[in-house]
Amino acid sequence: MLQNVHTGRVQVIAIVGSVLFLGFIVELIRKRKIKEEYGLLWVVFAVLFLAISIWRPGLEVVSRLLGIAYAPAAFLLLLIVAVFLILIQFSVAISSLAEKNKKLVQEIGIMRMQLAERSGAGRDGAPDA
Amino acid sequence: MRVLFIVPAYNEAASIAQVVASLHEQHAVADVLVVDDGSTDGTGAVAEKTGQARVIRLPVNLGIGGAVQTGFKLACREGYDAAVQFDGDGQHLASEIDSLLAPLASDQADVVIGSRFGREGRGFRSTRARQLGIKFFAMVNSLLIGQRISDNTSGFRAYNAPALRFLTDYYPVDYPEPEAVILLGKNGFRLREVPVRMRARQGGVSSIRGVRSVYYMMKVFLGILMGTLRPKVRRG
Repeated sequence: MLQNVHTGRVQVIAIVGSVLFLGFIVELIRKRKIKEEYGLLWVVFAVLFLAISIWRPGLEVVSRLLGIAYAPAAFLLLLIVAVFLILIQFSVAISSLAEKNKKLVQEIGIMRMQLAERSGAGRDGAPDA
Repeated sequence: MRVLFIVPAYNEAASIAQVVASLHEQHAVADVLVVDDGSTDGTGAVAEKTGQARVIRLPVNLGIGGAVQTGFKLACREGYDAAVQFDGDGQHLASEIDSLLAPLASDQADVVIGSRFGREGRGFRSTRARQLGIKFFAMVNSLLIGQRISDNTSGFRAYNAPALRFLTDYYPVDYPEPEAVILLGKNGFRLREVPVRMRARQGGVSSIRGVRSVYYMMKVFLGILMGTLRPKVRRG
């Protein structure tokens, strides 16, 4: 009896937590604090967490399928996979930003020089190239 | 042959004027370009004051590869036939540029690397750890592209126009030299090494020291491995 009260309580907490989390992510995307492409993974995993907290036997089913003896370990695995995927997405995004950033810095450098040479050319003859 | 001398410089105010002057006097026919890689010691201003160099001042520090690549881009856009990378710290000797350019002029190579380890074994000796690192890259790179390049870390290099066009799109940002050898070798560019004399640096400190040298070795090694795994770039 006491067991049932406890498992019922933890399920309610899990569902409320998952809904709040999903709502938080959706709100961030809605307010354009997170771009859709970076929000997608978060939403997918938030929905997954919600599904697991509603459909409790689901975790057991998945654990048996994967040959995991201890069902909560399957949940930890899911968490780690989620964090890894999102972090990898970050690494890709940062690398792409770094490349674009480099190109912009190079262009600005070249343009600044050309601008200086052009305005300099008006005053004291041609630049040395 | 229109040649651009590309001098990457990060906080080399102490030596840059001398470097520019030596390039200017040795090769009055070529243009000197100093790429100030976001220096905080006024390197760019010192270089401009000489009146003998064009100066690109990068608004932030990109790393040597990013700075040199800026020079490659300018060289391509302005139609130079060749470019020579020449370090701003005074290690390289302007008098050696002719021997670097000769294989390009006679179209025997696309890329010429000035090597500290010539037949005559001349020039200064660096630290033992550094020599070990240089040997290691020589071994790895020689294995991977089937051509022996003894001084993969040398930043004293000459490139012809096709090589420049290629490097405009593909050039590592930090510690680019050993990776660039693989990149160029794999993509069918003819590499040539010529022995040159080099001096100990005239001012400033090397960027590769302490913990950073460990990062350097690992980053460059990863870059080299990845370079060999990537498919050949198709060139037009």
